Amino acid sequence: MKAVISVLGKDRVGIIARVSSYLAEQQVNILDISQTILQDYFVMIMLVEPLAPDPDLPALARGLSAVGESLGVQINIQHEAVFTAMHRV
Amino acid sequence: MRFVDTAEVIETLHMIQVENLDIRTITMGISLLDCAAESGTEARRRIYDKVTRLAERLAPVGEAISQEFGIPIINKRVAVTPLALVAGACADERYVAFAETLDRAAKEIGVNFIGGFSALVHKGYTAGDRRLIASIPEALATTERVCSSVNVATTRAGINMDAVREMGEVIAQTAALTADRDGVGCAKLVVFANAAEDNPFMAGAFHGVGEPECCINVGVSGPGVVKRALEKVPEADLGVVAETIKRTAFKITRMGQLVAQEASRRLGVPFGIVDLSLAPTAAVGDSVAHILEEMGLERCGGPGSTAALALLNDAVKKGGLMATSYAGGLSGAFIPVSEDAGMIEAASAGVLSLEKLEAMTAVCSVGLDMIAIPGDTAPETIAAIIADEAAIGVTNHKTTAVRLIPAPGKAVGEMVEFGGLLGRAPVIGVSGLSSAGLIRRGGRIPAPTQGLRN
Repeated sequence: MKAVISVLGKDRVGIIARVSSYLAEQQVNILDISQTILQDYFVMIMLVEPLAPDPDLPALARGLSAVGESLGVQINIQHEAVFTAMHRV
Repeated sequence: MRFVDTAEVIETLHMIQVENLDIRTITMGISLLDCAAESGTEARRRIYDKVTRLAERLAPVGEAISQEFGIPIINKRVAVTPLALVAGACADERYVAFAETLDRAAKEIGVNFIGGFSALVHKGYTAGDRRLIASIPEALATTERVCSSVNVATTRAGINMDAVREMGEVIAQTAALTADRDGVGCAKLVVFANAAEDNPFMAGAFHGVGEPECCINVGVSGPGVVKRALEKVPEADLGVVAETIKRTAFKITRMGQLVAQEASRRLGVPFGIVDLSLAPTAAVGDSVAHILEEMGLERCGGPGSTAALALLNDAVKKGGLMATSYAGGLSGAFIPVSEDAGMIEAASAGVLSLEKLEAMTAVCSVGLDMIAIPGDTAPETIAAIIADEAAIGVTNHKTTAVRLIPAPGKAVGEMVEFGGLLGRAPVIGVSGLSSAGLIRRGGRIPAPTQGLRN
């Protein structure tokens, strides 16, 4: 199962570091990262693959949300299917 | 496939977090035909057991999908076989106990509404239909989550005017029995023409007799998303407006299809349909009326409202049809008054009349929905309004519905508060002319030639 993590918020030092070390702790593999700054706003999209056999996405969402709070950014994680369904015919 | 596009991810997040895109309802349809029994007590035991067994995991599974996909699923609901068909086998004279059983089952499994305290009487009554309809006012007053509907007309059968007359009285009685709560019982009662057997939306959902043992139907929503999309094309001609709505409806519906398939897989229950509807809520930014105003109307209800709504309704269907493998239910734009911030504003400003709303229902899904009328409106007048709406449905091969709330003790302009999803509405004026003579005649209006298609 693949999931998309989106990180939105004010840019600061260490966002990628904190998010990726949390993901490493949780045995979540990062497949791709794209990152831009839009008018001072940090936008990062990650495609990830949890390596646990039966990944608990809601638990990951809670964990990431806590990481986001400590960084002052908003972090969402969603099943990849949402984006392929909505934007690909 | 390439990595998910950043712009697409941002667009999706924006639609969900800012524009109120959501899955309005996952509705599990459950057949209760095998619950019929000679003893009412036994039938109710079977109904309670079956509903709580089959829908036990509905709410938690809906919640899990919502979290994993990051999309709000507002309601989890259950629709059952029209209860008159099930209860008709027992000797009970009153069916209120059946409604109480459904209410208990709904509370046990954590769904906010259960639909199907219903009867299909478009051509005539069975003994069970009569008892059920007579029980509606008390059933809706004593239960919290039960929704009731009665189909009084179809294009193939015509309009059962005896049932229309009776429903005028039933609505008045239901309002009277819930007078302490602004007549809220009537918000849970729909009178249909050409009722859809797989409609997932309340209060009109029931599980038709042609439906399987159990299935999952999903209703999507997203008026806010459509309005935002139209804000980006302020000067475009109406062809571009239609195209913009189609593209948006496609995306909204794909989300519904995804959730429906996932819910069906996890619950081990067949997927029925996705209902391609634009269902507003009273929340700001979630209004169908505001879409019409975005197209260029000063206020919803003014001249041009019917044309704008026709365009919207059609474009939603065209966009949605390709996004789902099975479209069904009501599929179209809803125009409930109390559940739509723009409709509430228009009604409060006195520019939205019952007659204009009636015209609008000829070109969208459903009908005169969640409209508060003066509490002293004569039952015959309510019946005549139902008859008009049924005539529009029957003649145009479409579903129409009437959900009127005669607000006890309230007059035109006064506000009625239902709370929650049911919203609030100002009382709208009703013609003072009498239709009692027409309603008193009774009988059945024959099916129109449109019904004879073979």
